[in-house]
Amino acid sequence: MTAPDLTPLAGGRGASPRHHILSVLVENKAGVLARVAGLFSRRGFNIYSLAVAPTDEDEHFSRITIVVDVESAPLEQVIMQLDKLVNVVSIGELSPAEAVERELVLVTVAVGPTERSQVIQLVGVFGGEVVSVGADRLTVMLAGRPEKIDDFEGLLEHYDVVELQRTGRVALPKLDRH
Amino acid sequence: MKLTGAQALIKSLEMQGVEVMFGLPGGAILPVYDPIIDSSIRHILVRHEQGAGHMAEGYAMVTGKPGVAMVTSGPGATNVVTPLSNAYMDSTPLIVVSGQVATGSIGTDAFQECDITGVTMGITKHNWLIKDVMDIPRVVAAAFHVATTGRPGPVLIDLPKDISNATMDWYWPSSVDELDLPGYHPVTFGDPVLVRQAAELIAQAERPVFYVGGGVLKARGAEALRVLADRTGIPVVTTLMARGAFPDSHPQALGMPGMHGHYTAVTALQKSDLLVSLGARFDDRVTGKISAFAPEAKVIHVDIDPAELGKVRVPDVGIAGDCRLVMEELLLAMDARGDAPVVRDLEPWWRQIREWQERFPLHYADADGGAIKPQNVVEQLRDAAPADTVVVAGVGQHQMWASQYWNFEYPYTWVNSGGAGTMGFAVPAAIGAKVGRPERTVWGIDGDGCFQMTAQELVTASSEQIPVKIAILNNAYLGMVRQWQEMFYGERYSEVYLSPDLPDYVKWAEAMGCIGIRAESPEDVGPAIEKANSIDDRPVVVDFRTDAFEKVFPMVPAGASNDDIVVHPDQTAPR
Repeated sequence: MTAPDLTPLAGGRGASPRHHILSVLVENKAGVLARVAGLFSRRGFNIYSLAVAPTDEDEHFSRITIVVDVESAPLEQVIMQLDKLVNVVSIGELSPAEAVERELVLVTVAVGPTERSQVIQLVGVFGGEVVSVGADRLTVMLAGRPEKIDDFEGLLEHYDVVELQRTGRVALPKLDRH
Repeated sequence: MKLTGAQALIKSLEMQGVEVMFGLPGGAILPVYDPIIDSSIRHILVRHEQGAGHMAEGYAMVTGKPGVAMVTSGPGATNVVTPLSNAYMDSTPLIVVSGQVATGSIGTDAFQECDITGVTMGITKHNWLIKDVMDIPRVVAAAFHVATTGRPGPVLIDLPKDISNATMDWYWPSSVDELDLPGYHPVTFGDPVLVRQAAELIAQAERPVFYVGGGVLKARGAEALRVLADRTGIPVVTTLMARGAFPDSHPQALGMPGMHGHYTAVTALQKSDLLVSLGARFDDRVTGKISAFAPEAKVIHVDIDPAELGKVRVPDVGIAGDCRLVMEELLLAMDARGDAPVVRDLEPWWRQIREWQERFPLHYADADGGAIKPQNVVEQLRDAAPADTVVVAGVGQHQMWASQYWNFEYPYTWVNSGGAGTMGFAVPAAIGAKVGRPERTVWGIDGDGCFQMTAQELVTASSEQIPVKIAILNNAYLGMVRQWQEMFYGERYSEVYLSPDLPDYVKWAEAMGCIGIRAESPEDVGPAIEKANSIDDRPVVVDFRTDAFEKVFPMVPAGASNDDIVVHPDQTAPR
């Protein structure tokens, strides 16, 4: 598969038209994630990002939010094959226009005396937080739309990024205003 | 009632109506083998777990009931991986129960531990690792439900030894709602709007073909197909998995399509303007080069698995539903057309088809140098066998000749390994088929390469008194590979020669408690078959020493368009 080339910023990792979001409700049973991941692997479908967590207090069900590359296979085929997994309860397809999507990033930046205040300022502008402070390092957090995370990540490239971890996006349908 | 997990498992199998199971005990499954002594279920002790799996498949394919195999953990379980994969490819309902090390030992690399649910995740419809003894009845009921409904398939239940030894209060789920399957909803009826659209497309077509796959047999739809074919006069091709779904003697039967299909079946699909695909999946061995397959055809695709619709070819009308039910709906939709014709005048289409049939029938050159022709063996076996004989094949040239030259008149009389192409399938599958249909003659038609893979199960057949008949088309080669090396690798034969007499198949058969017969020249064939047919108290193996250079024709070379079908050199080239 070729790398996505429709990203909004150079080096960014936002959604492209080739990416669709599947919101997959699964039984919260041992091995479910392996079943889903194994299906993608053996059918040659590409996963762009994946996030998973229980949806209810009883933890009977989990929601897996999968961003799929629809270049690798028609979306209908991905959905139909997923739906055959016995532990998959329901699948919602969210096109980027119809979804609210959020993602979180944690970044550790090496900072000297001058960069320290610049990075803190940048985090403030984006509405993020400084979550850990070391002698010569800062760890900062930002949650928001994936494109915003891309922008933030792009601007941080001017600094000495030691480690960066994104969660992959989660999504739910946009609500009807009428 | 207090039961151990082991007792609960066997009782659950009894509750599911299991009459026979195939297996081999070992450490982790030991507790479950104790209550088998007191069970109504007949247990057939195999010599290798792969045999248990294929026997269960053969049993399932002829009876329509799920086949059951039981194995121990580790190597016992991995030996049944091939049958699971085979059953997955051919949508055969197969239940495998495997022993597992005790729950406390899972993950410690304990003796004979293997993560078999992990290994088989991609080749089962679903699998379960039981961690609570109370789950046993529910999981067994769920396993049978999943294996036998919707698109059938194999399932595996992994049962740790401590769970088998634990005790529980017996219960039995009273309904599907209690099986804890919130994500499992197989389709049944087709969408009536789509069925009407299908009827309309059929009414407009000038060159329609029914492209019938194994799904029609799984749906018990042979009768509905017969009615639909008679009603419409449309030609019928039956894929390798659907042989027997439509009688070969029917005037509308064109035979098998595909890489080694009948010329007319291949070409009718190719020139069609409407493919009515019933329980078939546009397998590459049928379509050839997919972009060049039936280029002028619209497609109606009926399949119980919605994921098959558009997987390979996007249909004009895709109907997710049980093939039998959809065919019945289609007949009603045709009734509802009132005076409007159900089909056009198909006479011009049939004239074209008859011309192909006359010009390119199945053909092989008669033996002139004294070698036995394998096709002739199949013809003589066929002509000497009752019409409801069950024919079981392995994989390779012999399988194609069996499918081509046998006349299948009844459903569930043909058992073979289609999708997976599992060499060694025939002997154990024939044994399972004979267990399922003891009143029928069961002929396994096997190759010498295949036979050597699983022949030891004839020991099982002898000791359990299962009188199958095995015909080895012994050409001393891995024949299909030899054919490809001859045709596509410039006759450079690499690692395909076996030997006609090593092993000595007659002595081997006798050592396994069977009758061994050898036919070395064409005049031996008839008497050998007659002798084999006269024996009904033990298995028979006939070693037919056949022409090593015979090739399967017609043939569509791998990756080529079906337009480029190669016929027998004696026949004039199609173009």
